[in-house]
Amino acid sequence: MLKLPIYMDNHATTPLDPRVLEAMMPYLREDFGNAASRNHVFGWKAEAAVEQARAQVAALIGASEKEIVFTSGATESDNLALKGVMEFYRDKGDHLITLKTEHKAVLDTAKRLERMRQDRVEELRLLRLSELAADDVTADNADALALKFNLDEDPVLARWMARVHTGARVSYLDVQTNGLVDLEALRAAMTDRTVLVSIMLANNEVGVVQPMEAIGRLCREKGVLFHTDAVQGVGKVPFDVNRMNVDLASVTGHKIYGPKGVGALYIRRKPRVRIAPSIDGGGHERGMRSGTLNVAAIVGFGKAAELARQEMPTESQRLLGLRERLRAKLTAELDMVTVNGTLEHRLPGNLNVSFSCVEGEALMMAIKDVAVSSGSACTSASLEPSYVLRALGVEEDMAHSSIRFGIGRFNTEEEVDFVARLVIDKVKKLREMSPLYEMARDGVDLKSVQWAAH
Amino acid sequence: MAYSDKVIDHYENPRNVGTLDKEDPNVGTGLVGAPACGDVMRLQLKISDDGIIQDAKFKTFGCGSAIASSSLVTEWVKGKSVDDATRITNKDIALELALPPVKIHCSVLAEDAIKAAVEDFKRKRAARAVQVVAAAVAASPVP
Repeated sequence: MLKLPIYMDNHATTPLDPRVLEAMMPYLREDFGNAASRNHVFGWKAEAAVEQARAQVAALIGASEKEIVFTSGATESDNLALKGVMEFYRDKGDHLITLKTEHKAVLDTAKRLERMRQDRVEELRLLRLSELAADDVTADNADALALKFNLDEDPVLARWMARVHTGARVSYLDVQTNGLVDLEALRAAMTDRTVLVSIMLANNEVGVVQPMEAIGRLCREKGVLFHTDAVQGVGKVPFDVNRMNVDLASVTGHKIYGPKGVGALYIRRKPRVRIAPSIDGGGHERGMRSGTLNVAAIVGFGKAAELARQEMPTESQRLLGLRERLRAKLTAELDMVTVNGTLEHRLPGNLNVSFSCVEGEALMMAIKDVAVSSGSACTSASLEPSYVLRALGVEEDMAHSSIRFGIGRFNTEEEVDFVARLVIDKVKKLREMSPLYEMARDGVDLKSVQWAAH
Repeated sequence: MAYSDKVIDHYENPRNVGTLDKEDPNVGTGLVGAPACGDVMRLQLKISDDGIIQDAKFKTFGCGSAIASSSLVTEWVKGKSVDDATRITNKDIALELALPPVKIHCSVLAEDAIKAAVEDFKRKRAARAVQVVAAAVAASPVP
């Protein structure tokens, strides 16, 4: 029997698997100990549980348990990886390369690193200027003084600049229209100052899976560290840190049917990769992430990782079958439906489609018993359509018309059929209401119309 | 986003969806917005020769509140004089539908749609008047 509402937004988060909850329960009740308590049985039990989870998470990505640092989630892992590597290796270089389609946890961290560097550069310019002018420099006279003393050509300042070790310079690479990284562009972007490349395993909006092995090989060849935000891909597509030469990887519990608020950063030991910690304190997680461990959540994360590893071969086939069933039904009954991003290299449960002439939020309202998401501006606070779709070259109107279906472990064929029927009916209804659909059907080229942007 | 019951009602049961003959001299058509911005409204008004709005139809590409704003406007303008209809402001619409602040632009668009439709009607009338005069001039015997 079909139960409403239907959850089909499994890229946002996933429900807790009952087996995971069961594994966690003792650690929320009687086994509440602090894993750092070395002198009594409560601590020992907690520590043993954490170490078991560490091994489970490591096994999912082909790592050893000593390479896993538990965090509060993937956002923290991404922050720790980027900031930690750029700071630790600052004598080696200051350049970071990433993609325009990365998650905000990577992009905004990169932007902060850029800003930190710019602030430092600005500070040095003012210092040098006040030295040259033998006077105080203010915001008002700084530009005039910089011209007067020809600051851009100043050899002393140039020497100082070469020693700026704060933050990073960042290259944000375009992706191809299928969503994949251009490996030649990546190679071309690498300089002798490049320290780190951060490219996600699978995209959270379009599900595009990047060529990890090729990226890893290139990074290894160039002596550049390789970090990947693997959040959306682990447990869904094959991922092995050694086969793919990954040096750092961010993962999280709640995308693999585990609890929220727990994640991990994989940090390679052979050859050894070092990071500067962001959170100082009691020296937990070998000094890389202080703070009392969230034992119950870590146990749940471990259990979720174990289940994902065991079930992935059959489960990803099942998800792919459901995804293709949904896609076939939608494209059979509706015209002007476009899949965003390549179908070939894609998460099995992801379908991101644009229904021309129908606005995404309106469609989501029409199918309110089904939880999905949209790249439409109307669903975001910023009123900007999805930057990921824009990076793929998707036109703004098509970005507004996009819907992301995220099929997961607990979705059934019956649900997929229900969703397909509902979406088809509602798209048809909304198109009956859409002036654009009428114009398109009458042969008007919508691009030739002079629209008044507002 | 949580919408008011009025928005949901207009969205689920939109009033006056459809198309009027845009070649009809008594029909004014307003097409406002842009696909790139995520909303396009087309409002058509059938206006009698003495300036009363007899019928109104809309089609809208946009979010729930854009659809609701257009639907509401078609209800409001019917039976009104052209002058009264153009006095409807976005504030009236936003207030009636209790639109959240990020959706105010939908009500602005609906106001613009009324104005654009009325302008189109007036343009057609003026063109027709010129034609009538021209025809009369052409038909009158040269003195």
